[in-house]
Amino acid sequence: MQQYAILCYDDERVVGGWSEEEDAAVMARLAPVHKDLATAGQLAAAGRLEVSGAGRVVAKGAEAPVTDGPFAETKEQLLGFYVVTVEAESEAVEAARALARASTSSGHYEVRPLRLFRGDGGPP
Amino acid sequence: MTIDPFGRALAEARPRVLGALLRALRDLDAAEDAFQTACLRALRTWPERGVPSDPAAWLIVAGRNAAVDAARRLKRQEPLADEATLSDLEDAEARAVERLDDGRYPDDVLRLLFICCHPGLPTAHQVALALRIVCGLPVPRIARAFLVADRAMEQRLTRAKARIAAADHPFGPPSPAERAERLQAVMAMLYLLFNEGYSAPEALAPARAGLCGEALRLALLLRRLFPQDGELAGLHALMLLHHARGSARFDARGRVVLLEEQDRSRWDRGLIARGLAVAAAALRSGGPAGPYLLQAAIAAEHACAPTAADTDWPTVDRLYQALERVQPSPVVTLNRAAAVAKVAGPAAALALIEPLHGPLDGYLHFHGARAALLIDLGRRDEAREALLRALELAGPGAVADYLRQRLDSLDGARPATPAH
Repeated sequence: MQQYAILCYDDERVVGGWSEEEDAAVMARLAPVHKDLATAGQLAAAGRLEVSGAGRVVAKGAEAPVTDGPFAETKEQLLGFYVVTVEAESEAVEAARALARASTSSGHYEVRPLRLFRGDGGPP
Repeated sequence: MTIDPFGRALAEARPRVLGALLRALRDLDAAEDAFQTACLRALRTWPERGVPSDPAAWLIVAGRNAAVDAARRLKRQEPLADEATLSDLEDAEARAVERLDDGRYPDDVLRLLFICCHPGLPTAHQVALALRIVCGLPVPRIARAFLVADRAMEQRLTRAKARIAAADHPFGPPSPAERAERLQAVMAMLYLLFNEGYSAPEALAPARAGLCGEALRLALLLRRLFPQDGELAGLHALMLLHHARGSARFDARGRVVLLEEQDRSRWDRGLIARGLAVAAAALRSGGPAGPYLLQAAIAAEHACAPTAADTDWPTVDRLYQALERVQPSPVVTLNRAAAVAKVAGPAAALALIEPLHGPLDGYLHFHGARAALLIDLGRRDEAREALLRALELAGPGAVADYLRQRLDSLDGARPATPAH
């Protein structure tokens, strides 16, 4: 004996748009067919997929990595602070001191000049 | 700091030179070392003699010399003659090979990106490798893009290079059929390349805006190769729409200007119109929207709002929910929280992101967002902790000017200037 899958394809927008009465009418027409198959011991399983919005697309292969991305919501909207470069190192040192005063942890802040990115990855 | 003209010529020549050196040397590390040496030599000789008419060709010869140099020095033999006196006859064949390749790729950078997509590597590693080799991004930046530690990214890159070196024909450009398979990875590279440019402060603009422009240029070229791809169109649209806000996002001192404070008249309407058109066409072509197209739709909501107050946050929230379904990621949920804060208040948004502390503890925007919500809720001590944590993560040398102001305002008074 061999099992077969009978897959039903239909236009989701149509099927999803049936009224309760329309839906019941369709099921009523199918019911005797189901019954016959069941009586003959041939109906292994019958199911109905929910509309695709309720499902989840899972990409093949390894799980997609979590990465950063250009999202305005965290980078332009919900932002607890600004990050800038300053004109002189003394401003950087002052800010670091302010942070050190505000901090209760035992770490320390390093002030180092930010290096401008270059296309070959080399130093400026 | 100014961009020196030689630096620019070197950066632009990088992909073609690296491609040629990879072909010649068959080893990524050797090619990179040779390229670096060639650049150093260029910076010694070009200031006197001027930039050569074909900088890439000059660098390729210099790079090959450097590689042979290094090998010979290892064997304690004489170094080669100065590259200025070398004949370039032997490069005629190399140029012919390059022309054959060029015929199938509209661009050197694009070709090199596809080469770096080695099927023996996990996609994430391909992308990281391409960002390092092709775009020359420093390892710490790539690590941050993937939310991993620097050390972990270094190891990943070392292993990836070794893997490629061990394969047959490691550096031949893939055929058109193979190109289609590698498209996903190349799109991911362009996405992260754009993100590098987008995420940086305006103060670094000369270098960073170049990254956004470069990503946009490559996306356009890629669309010529794959005109029917909906997700690629979505990627292109989202880049256009974000880039449109570029001039309004930072003030004259390089400080961030929040979305609700940006002068929308400074948004580039031409870029927005193009972005909307590309996104609309892709959405019309049917089928469920993928992650890039969904992000483009979110960007479109911001672009279409005449003022910040007009932003349709409920729709943004729904789009993020759809995005969560097709691309589940704590970063996506974090960004959804901004919409939730507008729709349901800061407490609901905070409840949404608190569980993300595990995966996002090393992500500065998690702490930045938490701080913003905590400040809204009047929980100042916790906000201060979050701000300090965000600052730690912002990297050495980054100064949080506004952070200091917010800390001051939390404490209620400016601290006295300390004695040295």
